[in-house]
Amino acid sequence: MNNSMELKFKSISANEAFARVSVAAFLSQIDPNMDELTEIKTVVSEAVTNSIIHGYEEDPTQFIYISCTLTDNSLSIVIEDEGIGIDNIDLAKEPLYTSKPELERSGMGFTIMENFMDKVEIISHPGEGTIVKMTKDFETSKSMCN
Amino acid sequence: MQLFTQFNTVENVLIVRLNGELDHHSAARLKIDWQSQLNKKGIKHVVLNLSELHFMDSSGLGVVLGRYKEVKQLGGEMIVCSINPAVKRLFDMSGLFKIVRLESDESFALTSLGGVAS
Repeated sequence: MNNSMELKFKSISANEAFARVSVAAFLSQIDPNMDELTEIKTVVSEAVTNSIIHGYEEDPTQFIYISCTLTDNSLSIVIEDEGIGIDNIDLAKEPLYTSKPELERSGMGFTIMENFMDKVEIISHPGEGTIVKMTKDFETSKSMCN
Repeated sequence: MQLFTQFNTVENVLIVRLNGELDHHSAARLKIDWQSQLNKKGIKHVVLNLSELHFMDSSGLGVVLGRYKEVKQLGGEMIVCSINPAVKRLFDMSGLFKIVRLESDESFALTSLGGVAS
């Protein structure tokens, strides 16, 4: 299985559900189980929410980009914004750390991404934006009953 | 899928039932509604029923933590019940169960709050 898709959508919170459901629908072609689908939906939701709240500081006129690649049974997701970027990536990744405690953020976004995915890479430059690259390997598809 | 919220009061307990998906988008509305219910006279405890919550991310953890702090100010307790395994995993990961109690269902939760009948 070799396949890919790209999405571009506005940085509004209603698109968090659109993004996670779209990526889950793309993944469904390799027959993931329910737990795996939930994990993918959760990490997409986390990264897109980060872009909206932190990257763009809730400016609804900006854009978020997602590209997904399926290679055999490995899914790679790249979620990108052109927002303010992250000053200190190590600090941002710390469990329970949030730069916006006044907004009731739990500070668990990157921790959840790292728990649910096999690999998470964050590339960010202040003033230029943030790219989150994540990959996860899935069990080979179960044989179908014919 | 949207989030639907139902609030019920049993004596001094506010029961909050969530149905749907709780993310950053739906968390904003939930926070406002939940806070106005908590501010009603006589409310002390919260039972959060998650049996129909099909999706939650870290934004949901933030809202629960925010209300926990308010319930604590009221001298009350927050109990979560009927949680599904996927949502429970996030609660476990964040350590929220160190401060919020888990019960199997709403009637157990109410009973544990000192004999409040459901």
